[in-house]
Amino acid sequence: MPVDLHQAATPRLSLRQLRSPHAGPVSLSLAAGECLALVGASGAGKSVCLRMIADLDPCEGEVLLDGVSRSALRAPDWRSMVVYQPAEPAWWDPTPESHFPPSLRARAQALLPQLKLKPEVWKGDLARLSTGERQRLALVRSLAVAPKVLLLDEPAAALDHETTLALEAVLRTHLDDGMAIILVTHSAEQATRMAQRQVRIVNGQLELPCTPSA
Amino acid sequence: MHAISLSALDLAIAASLVLLDAAMSLAFGLRLHRQLLVASVRMVVQLLLIGFILRWLFASGSEAVTLGVIVLMIAAAAREVAARPKQRLHRWGNYRIASMVVAGASVATVLLALTTAIRPDPWHDPRYAIPLMGIVLGSVLNSASIALDTFLGDVSGARNQIEARLALGTTLRAALAPIMRGAVRKGLIPVINQMSAAGIITLPGIMTGQLLAGMDPIGAVKYQILLLFLLSGSSGLAAGAAVWLASRAIGDDRDRLRLDYLQPR
Repeated sequence: MPVDLHQAATPRLSLRQLRSPHAGPVSLSLAAGECLALVGASGAGKSVCLRMIADLDPCEGEVLLDGVSRSALRAPDWRSMVVYQPAEPAWWDPTPESHFPPSLRARAQALLPQLKLKPEVWKGDLARLSTGERQRLALVRSLAVAPKVLLLDEPAAALDHETTLALEAVLRTHLDDGMAIILVTHSAEQATRMAQRQVRIVNGQLELPCTPSA
Repeated sequence: MHAISLSALDLAIAASLVLLDAAMSLAFGLRLHRQLLVASVRMVVQLLLIGFILRWLFASGSEAVTLGVIVLMIAAAAREVAARPKQRLHRWGNYRIASMVVAGASVATVLLALTTAIRPDPWHDPRYAIPLMGIVLGSVLNSASIALDTFLGDVSGARNQIEARLALGTTLRAALAPIMRGAVRKGLIPVINQMSAAGIITLPGIMTGQLLAGMDPIGAVKYQILLLFLLSGSSGLAAGAAVWLASRAIGDDRDRLRLDYLQPR
């Protein structure tokens, strides 16, 4: 389906009354290049929200990407454009390299130095890498499929300050290229640095941005 | 042909071995003695019962009764396959999959044997159809239950890995493929063992029975070869189909992994 690039009114991602028995209803829109921070207490339903957007959990309501309804797309195609990265990324093969299809490996390897990853981790044993290294590799894995929307759950939880800033810089270059990001974070500083807007989730529902938190 | 017939006393002497097992279970706290005794009593009752039924059935040669017995055998095997895994698919999924797989794999291979290699007259003579069905069902039961149990167990254990692949745009089929392969492989190990051990490590049951009943060794061996081929075919069909059907039952139309379709026992 053709998308008119000049039609600035079409948001990159819009959620309309997205809901499941565990969360929602959630309605919001995200422009291309925008980063939205999703904040809230543990267990408030932030991850559940991201999983609904990625179509990993059954839910009702509508989600549109560049004006195209999710139901018009095959689910795997949707998920390769709207990539969800959980807080504890899982690995299914022994080395990082084998998690990438050969066609994506060059692009992925180019990201390693930007994330302060040494070249030898690429063929290393995942079980021997540190949590922080695995977390950055997970971001490499998510970015390699070139999504239009990235749903990040605590992507810097295991990183020191300097590495966190490097990761944010990488995210910023992708935002500049038009990727939209929903960032779940417990760090108020990170939310301020990265996000144009912040939304608080309480009991699976959005608290309106203007409402002061109780 | 001449078979040495057994007396009740002969069987009683052999039964003392079960008591030995039970004593061992008590001595080492294996907590198996109850199960062991129940299983041996079940075995004796079931076999005596089937002996009398077969004696009557072979004498009557009735088609309807033959069919009825085969349906009952299939149902019993399917029930075992469905009950074995720790996880249950919702809406009686285990039972649906088990009955389709068990019936399909066993009927297809037995029909092949009856219409090509063995060709009794009439083709449905219960003296051939029922024992063949029995041995094929035993093998199908093994491979299908191991394959189904492995698949459902591995899928529930690998939820994060499977969803990580889904989240990157992999189809559910592709994300499940390694687990499906592993489960089918495991389901086929018993029949591969059975074939490679046949004649060297073990004298297979059918062949032993025919030898004890006085049959010429080469004749008995040919029967055994035919049967092992049938068993490998039916096991492969059963394990493959069980895993394939289960992989479809664990997902939905949006390629999601639906572990909520699994209910713990």
